[in-house]
Amino acid sequence: MARTRPKLAVWKFSSCDGCQLSLLDCEDELLAVADSVEIAYFLEATRAEIAGPYDISLVEGSITTPHEAERIRRVRAQSRTLITIGACATAGGIQALKNLRQVDELVRAVYACPEYIDTLASSTPIQDHVPVDFELRGCPIDRYQLLEVLNAALNGRKPNIPAYSQCIECKLAGTICVMVSEGKPCLGPVTQAGCGNLCPTCDRGCYGCFGPKETSNTASLSAWLQRLGMDRREVRHFYRLFNANAPAFREESKAHE
Amino acid sequence: MSESPRDEQRVIQVDALARVEGEGALYLRVTDGVIQDLKFRIYEPPRFFEVLLQGRDFSDAPDITARICGICPMAYILSACQAMEQAAGVSVEGDLRALRRAAYCGEWIESHVLHAFLLHAPDFLGYPDAIRLSHDHPDLVRKALELKKLGNRILEVIGGRAVHPVNFRVGGLHGLPRRQALAELAKELERGLDLALELTRFTGGLDFPPFEYDYTCVSLRHPDEYAIQEGRIVSNRGLDIPVSEFEAHFDEEHVAHSNALHGFQKDSPEPYLVGPIARYNNNFQQLSQLAQEAARGAGLGPVVNNPFQSIVVRMIETVYAVEEALRLIRGYQEPAAACVSAEPRSARGYGCTEAPRGICYHRYDLDDRGHILEARIVPPTAQNQKQIERDLRGLVAHRLDLPDERLQWICEQAIRNYDPCISCATHFLKLTVERG
Repeated sequence: MARTRPKLAVWKFSSCDGCQLSLLDCEDELLAVADSVEIAYFLEATRAEIAGPYDISLVEGSITTPHEAERIRRVRAQSRTLITIGACATAGGIQALKNLRQVDELVRAVYACPEYIDTLASSTPIQDHVPVDFELRGCPIDRYQLLEVLNAALNGRKPNIPAYSQCIECKLAGTICVMVSEGKPCLGPVTQAGCGNLCPTCDRGCYGCFGPKETSNTASLSAWLQRLGMDRREVRHFYRLFNANAPAFREESKAHE
Repeated sequence: MSESPRDEQRVIQVDALARVEGEGALYLRVTDGVIQDLKFRIYEPPRFFEVLLQGRDFSDAPDITARICGICPMAYILSACQAMEQAAGVSVEGDLRALRRAAYCGEWIESHVLHAFLLHAPDFLGYPDAIRLSHDHPDLVRKALELKKLGNRILEVIGGRAVHPVNFRVGGLHGLPRRQALAELAKELERGLDLALELTRFTGGLDFPPFEYDYTCVSLRHPDEYAIQEGRIVSNRGLDIPVSEFEAHFDEEHVAHSNALHGFQKDSPEPYLVGPIARYNNNFQQLSQLAQEAARGAGLGPVVNNPFQSIVVRMIETVYAVEEALRLIRGYQEPAAACVSAEPRSARGYGCTEAPRGICYHRYDLDDRGHILEARIVPPTAQNQKQIERDLRGLVAHRLDLPDERLQWICEQAIRNYDPCISCATHFLKLTVERG
């Protein structure tokens, strides 16, 4: 008798496709993953669609249109476990920079016929709209973390995803601190680990792709950044990238307006 | 029994096109054997990058614009870097340029192989996706994944990671890649070249639906190399302009059915084509001998007018990119510094590079502190939209006797000829066929 495999669906909202691409980028594991789950809906990879309900839904992207706000409710209703993947889905993404501006101004600046465009004033994360079972951070997500989260969901256990800071990751890897040794601005002390310690090994300060770590002391870091010579505008912009709308980063950036 | 007029109306509608990057749709309405309406609609929500860039530092543009597209971030990063470097009056040469070009080759390999085998090949072979294709052709899919991984490896070694690489900046790179990692990469590339040639031969043997179009091919051209990350903008109709004159010859218009602007030529009603076939037709002589032989071996001449053969052209460019990355890495001598200093000033800068899907144009106006006053970005898929609709009209007109399901399949396959990147273009796809 054929075994029944759990049904996996991958959904896209406002995003760059990079996080779902991370699944296709699991070149060594992709066929094994496809063997252990039934890929029931994954528009970027297949035209075949199997009706819900789904055991696991991976959701990429943020909510930026009334239609998306409606669609995420239908996805939630069909999904036993809903996992958001990437900074757009977990924090609103780079497009949440628009939350700080007047939306009319945006549409008029980019499109000649604004009446054709249907957009919300803000870009918001999925958990602002529906309950989410697990949030996987990153801009983009790390594919090994994605495999861990899928593995955990398939086996009914908690994913082993560290919530500590990039700083810990540097120390564990023995990477020399670029802020202490070279005076380079770095968001590592307040950013959640997960990328594999990438920027400091490229001689660059962390720029916050994985969003704020739990209980991050952003005020202290900002004071250090200013001592390194950043002005208020630069500090504000440093927090305003892919996780600009994550509460800890958002509030800290506003404190420097 | 005679049919009512309503029965003679036929509609084919694909609400969400699969195996493309982003959200798009197709609508086709045919009455009495005549196409009444055909729309390739992009409904990917707009993300307003041009406005979000206003007021940011010039040095922020590469990392922010990278997030327009997870499949071709290098195209955005390097187009933005080039524009900012031009505005600052510096150029990145020698081994730093070689590292950037090698990384861009990595993006071509990763994107081209992803599209050719995971997204497009299933159309030719009658499968819904590459996973089901792998059940019957496990070796083929495994080899494609291995070659795709090699493209990503290049990006990881030089850029830190494959999606949204971290190591590029205005003026060069943040850090120099480790020599040991480059040496290992060179060995992998040597093995990858045979794989690329084998997969190219495979695509040459596919069945291509008969269809030709006399395309207006627009691409970059560089005097010394197959243009990837810099050059003049040229066409097979005699256009030859610096990047700074792009907006004098090309523009975009906003149409009601699409969230992506449609590119057009200001001095011609003809749509134009960007991407692998445009580059190949314009610059075939600059491909390596090996890539040219691979093209001949796969049955292609120096000009390709059948868009379904784009899958072969992507693989020929992949052969070239593997060989070119290998050449660059073998010839690389570690420079003294990872970047050159780029000081901001009040200026306008232009950048244009060959994303896997075609030219990606950037223009920025900066004030004297290097803050961005205005940004303009024209991605490749926006430019191809009119040509996609034109291809579909030509293709459908001679195939109206096909049943809906088959007609829809070939329309989808034709759209995928363009590897449309809808996330880019809006900033992709639904097919509706109405017949009458």
